[in-house]
Amino acid sequence: MPLLSIKNLSIEFPSRYETDYAVEDVSFDLEAGEILGLVGESGAGKSTIGNGIVQLLSPPGRVSRGEIYLNDNKISDFNEQQILKVRGSRVGFIFQDPMTSLNPLFTVENQMVETILTNLDIDDAGEAKKIAIDLLAQVGIPDPEVRIKQFPHQFSGGMRQRVVIAIALSGEPELLIADEPTTALDVSVQDQILSLIRKLCKERQVGCLLVTHDMGVIANITDRVAVMYRGKLVELGSTRQILTAPVHDYTRSLISAVPRSSVRIDRFPLVEYIETTAKGLKQIDVSTHWLGQSKKHSGGENLLEIENLNLSFITQDAILARNRRYLQATSDVNLQIKQGETFGLVGESGSGKSTIARMVAGLQQPDSGSIRFDGVELIGNPNREAVQQIRLQMQMVFQNPYSSLNGRMKVNDIIAEPIRFHRLTPADQVSGIVGDLLDHVGLGRQMGRRYPHEFSGGQRQRISIARALACRPRLLICDEPTSALDVSVQAQILNLLKDLQDELGLTMLFISHDLPVIRQMCDRVAIMRHGRILETADSEAFFETPQNEYSIELLSLMPRFDRIYENEPAAGP
Amino acid sequence: MTLLANFWQQLLQSDLIHYYKRDKIAIGSSVVFLILALMALFSPLLAPFDPYDLSQIDLMDSEMPPAWLPNADPRFLFGTDDQGRDLWSTILYGMRVSLLIGIFAVLLQSAIGIVIGLVSGYIGGRVDSVLMRIADVQLSFSTLMVAIIVLAIVKNAFGSETYSSYAMLILILVIGLSEWPQIARTVRSSVLGEKEKEYVDAAHVMGFGPVRIMFKHILPNCLSPIFVIGTVQIANAIITEAALSFLGLGMPVTEPSLGSLISIGKEYLYSGSWWITLIPGFFLVVIVIAINLLGDFLRDVFNPRLYKG
Repeated sequence: MPLLSIKNLSIEFPSRYETDYAVEDVSFDLEAGEILGLVGESGAGKSTIGNGIVQLLSPPGRVSRGEIYLNDNKISDFNEQQILKVRGSRVGFIFQDPMTSLNPLFTVENQMVETILTNLDIDDAGEAKKIAIDLLAQVGIPDPEVRIKQFPHQFSGGMRQRVVIAIALSGEPELLIADEPTTALDVSVQDQILSLIRKLCKERQVGCLLVTHDMGVIANITDRVAVMYRGKLVELGSTRQILTAPVHDYTRSLISAVPRSSVRIDRFPLVEYIETTAKGLKQIDVSTHWLGQSKKHSGGENLLEIENLNLSFITQDAILARNRRYLQATSDVNLQIKQGETFGLVGESGSGKSTIARMVAGLQQPDSGSIRFDGVELIGNPNREAVQQIRLQMQMVFQNPYSSLNGRMKVNDIIAEPIRFHRLTPADQVSGIVGDLLDHVGLGRQMGRRYPHEFSGGQRQRISIARALACRPRLLICDEPTSALDVSVQAQILNLLKDLQDELGLTMLFISHDLPVIRQMCDRVAIMRHGRILETADSEAFFETPQNEYSIELLSLMPRFDRIYENEPAAGP
Repeated sequence: MTLLANFWQQLLQSDLIHYYKRDKIAIGSSVVFLILALMALFSPLLAPFDPYDLSQIDLMDSEMPPAWLPNADPRFLFGTDDQGRDLWSTILYGMRVSLLIGIFAVLLQSAIGIVIGLVSGYIGGRVDSVLMRIADVQLSFSTLMVAIIVLAIVKNAFGSETYSSYAMLILILVIGLSEWPQIARTVRSSVLGEKEKEYVDAAHVMGFGPVRIMFKHILPNCLSPIFVIGTVQIANAIITEAALSFLGLGMPVTEPSLGSLISIGKEYLYSGSWWITLIPGFFLVVIVIAINLLGDFLRDVFNPRLYKG
């Protein structure tokens, strides 16, 4: 008898236009002590299944068909009262963002004791506290007696996620639903949390439904995998089988799109299964086209030189200078980016990599130091006209495709604006060039009449790239350009960036926390931590023989497909 | 031509129209408002008399009751006021005055409020502090108090004669100038949210100037709350004007607004001529409620956090 059994589950979201089927006819079983990965891209319906099991669908979503059994209880028929008893005490939840899933106004003790008193047969708060401390110790929180009295903001992100896991376990659930439990965390913390979830599930014989978009996470902890595509379950099998010998076309293309950390390949295999690019695009000859006519390099090997760049933010202001507290965002950063190369800047969140990008782009003024582009000093240069001209040659592609485009402007106007504003070309040629740009980034010129909200994340990122190209830049700053995108779309965008670089001779500053992506994209790499650059090396050398201790640690934690073999023997009952 | 058709198509499919069609209150209030506004607009055509034309007024007709009461004159649908003016015609003209003052005062408020709010939110720091403190000071004087003082001074300085001829303009200026902080604060708070978004950074990187970023990029993304508060402010401005007129500081007796009609009538309430006050009062209430309900509807539509079934 399986712990959780889902039979022909369908979930629909009726809307004013049509009924949207988020989940269609999905069936699977989950045994006690087993970790089943539910993997798919955004909109595949994987989180919806997790929420549907405990009837937490946000309106107007509803289960339209199918049965859900938890230990032979048909919980899909439970009413509001009955399902309340299931949530918390029989099914525990771990959410994505530990920053928002804990109540900031209560101590960890309040939140845990409350859960324990509600869900277990215990009336005594003292006893509940003992259980809570015990749980915190189990999830690896040092000094649980002291830390239980603290508020959530006194914990780091990883520690918070441990607290969330402890709370999820405090009702002694039979089933744990983990919805992207490590997506908001850094790699080094991700690894610890995943191992912890795996260990606890095996020890306590709790079944775990792990919802994720990340193949690396799947490889590291799951026993079996269910692959979702547009609401349908396309493949279900053991982790080893799915990752090494996928049967379904979609699974195959999904896996091929994941950037490899082991070898550098020229291009990502195309994932035509997911988002087909527009057909019949006009190919332009860049060598004769307006787009290729940017200012040529004026000699010198380095395009961008950064020297002793310092910036600190005031974290606590005071009238007296000595009472102020600062956060050193970057300290003494030195970088040289060569003409035509892709330079990668890696680091965990808060390491200052985006701050450097913002300073180079002129969005943030450094406290001290120098930034030279093609020999021209940008910091404190009295010749504003020259700086303005140089700045135009450095353009940026932003992380969030949903907020980086002005939603009130048509795509044509968004791309044409810099050309018109800076009078880069005679007015009668603008619309032709905008059309060529749209063709060139793979969208098609007829898309220009639409508004940004009509496009998907990947398409918006293409618009964003076209807009940056409209300034005819020589340096393209990409700040996590694909971290908000699905892997399949990520592969397309990365391919596009590579192509553009080849054709236009672009120099790129590529910022990412994702080491495999960096390996695929970059010629040279700098690794950052706490605002300092620890190591700068050629990409191959960095990945094969890292010199710095921190680099070695990060590389060892990089999610890799070949690690499934280590976990294999523990699988299944 | 296709462009217009496209726009029309888009408008018909927009959320605004979608929710409008299933909101009976919104439909009702907008229909009422439209009828009243059209009546006001075409008052010279609709009104049987011209209340501004002294030759049409006969003191012998004063204080006639509405047509459905005994001793009424069928020429006067809602009766007459103390000077023998036809109340129905006077209400139509008065509504026009009230609406004009309301709309233009809000246009003035918005112009000032949007500029100050944008600058304040976008530049931030000291500029923000100074502008917002000025707004606080402005808000700490009640609009009525400011208006009474200004109007009283103007009336005394230039004499009632001059005042009467510019009364509408002065009222628009006074109400517009004293209520701008409402709009400025709303705009500022949305600017603070918008300016952190990456499209603003992108505009910086592309080298656009601050004025272009403010008006071309940020302002269009802040329009919905301005719409909502603007609608409510029209109702407020109409009420303020009515209150001022009631106090004898608004529109002169020769060009009555709804407020001055109510004010005229209050002296005759005890002598039984209730219609001079109550009928204009009824129109005032209906028009203000209709505008406020429309404002509520806009607020609900533009607030994505409310779940709409």
